[in-house]
Amino acid sequence: MVVAVVFLPLLAAIIAGFFGRVIGDRGSQIVTCGALALSAICGIVLFHGIMEQTVPQVQTLATWIAAGGVDIAWSLRLDTLSGVMILVVTIVSTMVHVYSIGYMAHDHSIPRFMAYLSLFTFFMLMLVTANDFVQMFFGWEGVGLASYLLIGFWYDRATADAAAIKAFVVNRIGDFGFALGIFAVFVIFGSLDFDTVFGKAPGTVHTVMNFLGWQVPALTLACLLLFVGAMGKSAQLGLHTWLPDAMEGPTPVSALIHAATMVTAGVYMVARLSPMFEYAPMALGFVGLIGGTTCMFAATIGMAQNDIKRVIAYSTCSQLGYMFFAAGVSAYGAAMFHLFTHAFFKALLFLCAGSVIHAMSDEQDMRRMGGLWRKIPYTYVLMWIGSLSLCGIPPFSGYFSKDLIISAAWASGSAVGRYSYCLGTFTAFLTAFYSWRLIIMTFHGKPRYEAETAHHVHESPWVMLLPLFVLAAGAIFAGYFGDPFFVGEDRVAFWKSAILVLPGHDSVGHAEDIPAIIARLPLIAAFAGIGVAYWAYMLQPGIPGKVAIHFRALYLFLLNKWYFDELYDRLFVRTAFSLGDGLWKTGDGTLIDGIGPDGVAAATRELAREASRLQTGYVYHYAFAMLIGVVALITWYLVPR
Amino acid sequence: MTIGLSHYLTVAAILFTLGIFGIFLNRKNVIIILMSIELMLLAVNINFVAFSVVLHDLVGQIFAMFVLTVAAAEAAIGLAILVVYFRNRGTIRVEDIRMMKG
Repeated sequence: MVVAVVFLPLLAAIIAGFFGRVIGDRGSQIVTCGALALSAICGIVLFHGIMEQTVPQVQTLATWIAAGGVDIAWSLRLDTLSGVMILVVTIVSTMVHVYSIGYMAHDHSIPRFMAYLSLFTFFMLMLVTANDFVQMFFGWEGVGLASYLLIGFWYDRATADAAAIKAFVVNRIGDFGFALGIFAVFVIFGSLDFDTVFGKAPGTVHTVMNFLGWQVPALTLACLLLFVGAMGKSAQLGLHTWLPDAMEGPTPVSALIHAATMVTAGVYMVARLSPMFEYAPMALGFVGLIGGTTCMFAATIGMAQNDIKRVIAYSTCSQLGYMFFAAGVSAYGAAMFHLFTHAFFKALLFLCAGSVIHAMSDEQDMRRMGGLWRKIPYTYVLMWIGSLSLCGIPPFSGYFSKDLIISAAWASGSAVGRYSYCLGTFTAFLTAFYSWRLIIMTFHGKPRYEAETAHHVHESPWVMLLPLFVLAAGAIFAGYFGDPFFVGEDRVAFWKSAILVLPGHDSVGHAEDIPAIIARLPLIAAFAGIGVAYWAYMLQPGIPGKVAIHFRALYLFLLNKWYFDELYDRLFVRTAFSLGDGLWKTGDGTLIDGIGPDGVAAATRELAREASRLQTGYVYHYAFAMLIGVVALITWYLVPR
Repeated sequence: MTIGLSHYLTVAAILFTLGIFGIFLNRKNVIIILMSIELMLLAVNINFVAFSVVLHDLVGQIFAMFVLTVAAAEAAIGLAILVVYFRNRGTIRVEDIRMMKG
């Protein structure tokens, strides 16, 4: 069963990828969607099975590495955490596959696209079912590869290529941290198997190790390094720059990879490694700090963006921040819960945005939209559902997860928790603001597009709307039905041993005990955000322009994404370029080539030219040389020595 | 004053030197080079004959006859080459004969 879940997508990817020409566009769509649907059904059945088992079930497939102390197997681990992830990945992936049939209908390489999507799903499932760090890393790199391929899917666009390379390179930085983290884990524990490591973790709290010449607490170091990997994959502050650019890929890709599944891998990793992070409070504090800061930082940028997909991309970044600071205050259940609900409503939002873009003939700039709601009513309603869920308005699913995260942050009582609470509440306001800004700019007001585009505006076909309805159902109900299990009274029975929370850290348990005003504040902030957006964009449409002129510096700061790209460009990109240029032109060109091959060649040529000047071609010169030679020879023999 | 060996040798040396300079200083005509070579061969012949008389050995004089024969043949071949060369190139000026220039 579990093998079918994980390997059906791989099979589909191989068939569609290698035999796409044989089976054609329609064939590859049927194969991949069919395989994914089957995988999703198996996943649901599997999840039921997981709910009944008491201990994690590990299915070993084959030996991968057996060298000395390193013993690594291909294996599939099934517990609640991987079960939840399998559920999310297979369902959202199936929906996105189906949606892609409609969205990519006019593309000329459909089999390739479907194959990449299925391949991604396979790697993601390998990641979440990993039973050791190395297989997790395998999946981790695999999804990075799939992400790279899909961002650069339209490889004839220079911007898409640049975005793909950027995503790959930035992720390499994170992965370098991850790899170092794995090495650190091996040094500390002597094993890379999850159960072994988790079992030994409590005993290593006071272990120190040498890192770059400093004696540092080993467990904290390992956790921090692993978290650097999570930061890269989940686009947290500092390593987030690739995510908005990744929107160059087709919209289904943004929905599946850069919203619902891959970018949440970091959160999954932290939750999976909770038995390590729990014993490294400093690392946990750092996770919370980064999460809290990212969630506010990304939301502020989202307010000022004009590209519909970029707004949602920053929103994703911000929501990932929520998940991380939930993990930072030991509310792993809440983080996973938000991951679960977020997958539905953010995939929904992205696919809705895709539907809008599809309707608008590939226009993504919200300034050239407006007044669309009559023409694409279904998309409009679905966008509302997604946004309400994103903003955490009850009874939509986002309310349950996000509210709890913010409450748990306060309930944890730590300084990081308070910090996250404040930023989280403020972000709730920002989230509501940019969501409604998006809705109003896109669907309301006067149309701001050309008449020719208006002629083509049409509601998406059913093959695109149907997945949206499924995801919308998730966005509405996932929270309500998931709440008791993920974070409610059944949570201990639900998570079992998959997540470890030390008795003193149970912030989810204390989330109920906080003052009512503190608990209600995020909701009030969300309503305030909606109100302000409605006022500024609907009632007084001149306001945003005036604000932008009045606070020009601030507006430009946000519009240019806190100047992160420019900063990195100065600090790293240009430095690397000039270093490379220097090594290439001076080091290789002038020094090595100049002295080596080119120098020898030039010297030979010079020598030959000088020598050839001896050959005048005049007979009497040769004769003279002969004479000199004769004289010299005779002299040589005659002069007595 | 009797004319001794040294006089013959001196004349031969002068002739030989004239031949050499005829080759080197000549910029005009290839025929002059051929003539210079003849001159040098004659200088050698004078040496042969002079030594043959002094040493009372006829071999030197016989050798001189051979050299004359070879010189005549050589001159004939050289002139033949020159004629062909002139047909092909239209000139026998020494400055123009420089196909070997590097």
